[in-house]
Amino acid sequence: MSLALPKSWIAALKAFVFTLSLVPLARIIYAVVLDPISLGANPAETILHMSGDWVIYFLLITLAITPVRKLTGWNDLIKFRRTMGLYAFFYASVHFLSYIGFDRLFDLSDMAKEIIKRPFVLVGFAAFVLLIPLAITSTRGWVLRLGGARWSALHRLVYPIAVLGIVHYWWLVKRDITWPLVFALVLGVLLAYRGFKRGGKKIRAAAS
Amino acid sequence: MPRYLFPTPKGSEITPREVYLNRRHFIAGATIAGALLALDGSAKAATSPTEPLKFSQGSVKAPSDKTTARELATTYNNYYEFGTAKTEPARNASTLKVRPWTVEIGGEVAKPRTIGIEDLLAMDLEERVYRMRCVEAWSMVIPWVGMSFSKLAALVEPTSKAKYVKFTSVARPEEMPGVRTRILDWPYTEGLRIDEAMHPLTFLTLGMYGETLPNQNGAPVRIVTPWKYGFKNAKSIVRIDFVEQQPRTAWMTAGANEYGFYANVNPEVDHPRWSQKHERLLPAFFASRETEKFNGYGAEVASLYAGMDLAVNF
Repeated sequence: MSLALPKSWIAALKAFVFTLSLVPLARIIYAVVLDPISLGANPAETILHMSGDWVIYFLLITLAITPVRKLTGWNDLIKFRRTMGLYAFFYASVHFLSYIGFDRLFDLSDMAKEIIKRPFVLVGFAAFVLLIPLAITSTRGWVLRLGGARWSALHRLVYPIAVLGIVHYWWLVKRDITWPLVFALVLGVLLAYRGFKRGGKKIRAAAS
Repeated sequence: MPRYLFPTPKGSEITPREVYLNRRHFIAGATIAGALLALDGSAKAATSPTEPLKFSQGSVKAPSDKTTARELATTYNNYYEFGTAKTEPARNASTLKVRPWTVEIGGEVAKPRTIGIEDLLAMDLEERVYRMRCVEAWSMVIPWVGMSFSKLAALVEPTSKAKYVKFTSVARPEEMPGVRTRILDWPYTEGLRIDEAMHPLTFLTLGMYGETLPNQNGAPVRIVTPWKYGFKNAKSIVRIDFVEQQPRTAWMTAGANEYGFYANVNPEVDHPRWSQKHERLLPAFFASRETEKFNGYGAEVASLYAGMDLAVNF
């Protein structure tokens, strides 16, 4: 099965997805400016959690694109992967800035101490730092500069980043691990698909 | 997501109560005043009812911070029997039946007795404004209505063997969805050393904001110990035992390395996973309030812990 949409449709769809991905941010800004009560009694925590959740959503969407593309044959999906990955980085930046602002009051030495002292902060921070080179090298120019193989190797960093992100969430919750577990299972399926594919290739290569 | 159901509740959960909690959103979109009245009217019927209380003004000095809005203190709760998200208790707690209600008091006492909630409400009540500091590094300033716990203890006459007090909360799986999960070892239990329990600041609480407690805040009777982290304040109490041995609390069972028996508010002793130096006085955005030792009640209670290493006995 293959699904080929006209170029103009793809462009429109891309614009739509781009705008839709800004809705969580728009909701946060709208609430802060006009309707703080809608963020509940702890608005800073709500913003931290919302932005953190969206990092994980966008990471999982990014990682789902290749499997879904292969399973459905809709190859144009690959054109959305970069946007999804960049939105993961964008919401990670919102999350990180909210943390250093609301929680650490922009005190960078205090932040550094917390990062070293708290394992869940450390893994979250590590995931954020590792996202930076991926965001920078996400352009076509960087693919050419690095060469396809090296670029791909670098961007496989997204796997450990997703694992670190979910570990960060898991270690943060006080008692109820339902949602970290759900995200871990989804990530597990997405990673297992790749392992399975790779294993299949190796077996075929060995047989020939 | 479970942690911030504001402002988009799941479709399956839309009930009149939900309408009530989110009525501001509806109001923003509504144009017909009659529809507004209808919404508000149906909402009140579904909310766990609270009644005005008679009380005097207590002599305990209120914190200088502004009192937290009632709407915030009644919609942002840790009450895992109704769900682990902060907004879940307000949505789920109306199913708890708080009448009739009795509290069984026993253990090392001369006169064990079962006391009805009406008898407690008929006692002399006073209002006290306390700051409540949660172990999660946020705080609220809440006007509670109740009485010193020592007044209740006097009715049952604890013996010299009573070294600790154990509080047991209600656990009814059919009325409390969280009890059907194994998040904590139900029923929720908490405890105090006898001198802590008998301290005049330890408050047997029957109301807040001038009315009986809403279910999500621990109706119909709870304990409030203002110099300790909020989880020490057992809600919806059905049993009080005076005991010889230190009771094992629900949170100690869940994680003794993170939640100690004493749980005194202390900026010098961090939670293993986060700092306790600052707190966010809700609804502030910034965690800029410096946490005070014993939550600012050190002058009254520090002597209870003379000679104790509070980093060990956290």
